Amino acid sequence: MTATATPPAAGSRTRRTAPQGAGPSRPKSQAGRHVLLGGIALLWLVPLLWAIYTSLRPYSDTSKHGYLSWPHSLSLENFSDAWSQSGMPHFFWNSVLITVPAVLGTLLFSAAVAFFVSRFDFRWNIVLLMLFTAGNLLPAQVLITPLYRLYLLIPLPGWMSDSFLLYNSVWGIIFIHIAYQCGFCTFVLSNYMRTIPKEITEAALVDGAPVWRQFFQIVLPLCRPAFAALATLESIWIYNDFFWSLALIETGDKRPITSALANLQGQYFTNPNLIAAGALLTAIPTLLVYFALQRQFISGLTIGSGKG
Amino acid sequence: MSSVRSAPPSKPRARPRPRRLSAGDRLFLAVIVGIPVIALLVFVWLPALASIGLSFTSWDGISLSDIHWIGLDNYQEIFTNYPPFWPAVQHNVVWLLFTALLPTPFGIFLAYQLDRKIRFTRIYQTAIFLPMVLSLAVVGFIWEIIYNPDNGLLNGILNGVAPGHHIDWLGDPNLNLWAVLVASAWRHTGYIMILYLAGLKGFDPALKEAASLDGANERQTFLRVVFPALKPVNIIILVVTVMESLRAFDIVYVLGGGVGSKPGMELLSLLITDNIIGESSHIGYGSALAVVLLVVSLLAIGTFLVQTFRKEDQ
Repeated sequence: MTATATPPAAGSRTRRTAPQGAGPSRPKSQAGRHVLLGGIALLWLVPLLWAIYTSLRPYSDTSKHGYLSWPHSLSLENFSDAWSQSGMPHFFWNSVLITVPAVLGTLLFSAAVAFFVSRFDFRWNIVLLMLFTAGNLLPAQVLITPLYRLYLLIPLPGWMSDSFLLYNSVWGIIFIHIAYQCGFCTFVLSNYMRTIPKEITEAALVDGAPVWRQFFQIVLPLCRPAFAALATLESIWIYNDFFWSLALIETGDKRPITSALANLQGQYFTNPNLIAAGALLTAIPTLLVYFALQRQFISGLTIGSGKG
Repeated sequence: MSSVRSAPPSKPRARPRPRRLSAGDRLFLAVIVGIPVIALLVFVWLPALASIGLSFTSWDGISLSDIHWIGLDNYQEIFTNYPPFWPAVQHNVVWLLFTALLPTPFGIFLAYQLDRKIRFTRIYQTAIFLPMVLSLAVVGFIWEIIYNPDNGLLNGILNGVAPGHHIDWLGDPNLNLWAVLVASAWRHTGYIMILYLAGLKGFDPALKEAASLDGANERQTFLRVVFPALKPVNIIILVVTVMESLRAFDIVYVLGGGVGSKPGMELLSLLITDNIIGESSHIGYGSALAVVLLVVSLLAIGTFLVQTFRKEDQ
């Protein structure tokens, strides 16, 4: 407990905690905590480890000896088969085409709205913030029918969509992700921006800096930790979505990786080992994003709230 | 500007602030705020309102001229003469209670344990958060090979301990909801843990220390000091739990074999999808179901918004 104290708190309290505090009994309670947390963490990994184990075994091995048996051979063959036989590179690319612009757009627009509602005192700010926050909480099924009809009505130029419509185009998926996810990010970012002292932007205002400079050069850089956390969550959500693409994309080859996996499952339903490998392959990008941003994710959350 | 500094920060409106926005500033703000607002209204709120309108009609979803106004008939039918409706409501309630009583407190407990500078924190944290990172297709697949009645892990282990047990975890209408709930808890725990951990990281350690100096034990410190002080995070977690329970769809859809609602696993979200996207396409009927879900959601959303924004609205 005392070890976690931030510098000012530690400085003001040189005396260690009372006897029943964490101080003297620390090593013992820590061992217990490690056993507990380690056990839970392991339990949480079991399903994933089981999938990895399955994917590493050839189908012939498991069909002969059963899944719950010692392996007679392990190989990465299922992974290379899944990769080459399901057109996975193509679907990966589709997912990238959707996820990257959707995450960037969501972050930029929600930052703008959050900036507006948290730094300016206009009358409708709270209504605006409520509209965004509540929008994200609406169930997707409530929107889907009218959205589908709407997408059939909105034309797009040929270079954007070969269907000439918002329906069945990557843009349509990107737009709905941005519109729908902005609510959550606006809510988080507006809370975060409120912790940035007003004096910082007011000083810039006095110096005659236009609002766009305050936004891009002062507020946005200060929100970096919050962006890291949101970018992680949004990448995971948008990459993993399959409801919107199922309903708003007609052609299979435009769909993202999540639906490709469904194809694989339909095609090779007799070979769970191969599907396990395919499923694990699809998880790699989100794992990479999480591991890449994890340090910032955690430290970002700490720094951000420290200001509050 | 001195008046600004002395004003209490919680009451923005009490402070008379000179508006110094030039025309360029206003244009910039109008553009960057206008685009997302229009996108939100057109792609989210307009469809939501249209769904309410459609719920009073009968429509096969093909031609717009086939939309017939039938008033409250859909609702009457749903409440009195649609067999899967009440089971679905019941399952949604079970889902909510289960999620609120098991994975949510467990996630909070884990976050509290992890919020100390102990070694391997990040490894534990990653392991428990990992299911959240995986796509539903992957999660669905993983639990499929665990629950599979013939060669799944669970029956394999059960057979080793007590041979002759052959349980169809996802096929038995009395069991499958619970099987899916376990899979859902596997994900939900990590989500709650991360949210709460974020709250705890911002918690002033001095408060905790003061409590322990006053002789409070760990449980008391948590229940009387930490938990109440984290009210904003608690509200977010409450909303996340309620909304996830009401919206539960993907994991049930995938584990149900991707064919809509199965006996024992009916949920409102699946019934809506059955009626709207399924072969029969009863759009009006599905929309009425959607409105039922919407009303229940709005109750939760409303409570949340009132809680969150009340203090700012003074």
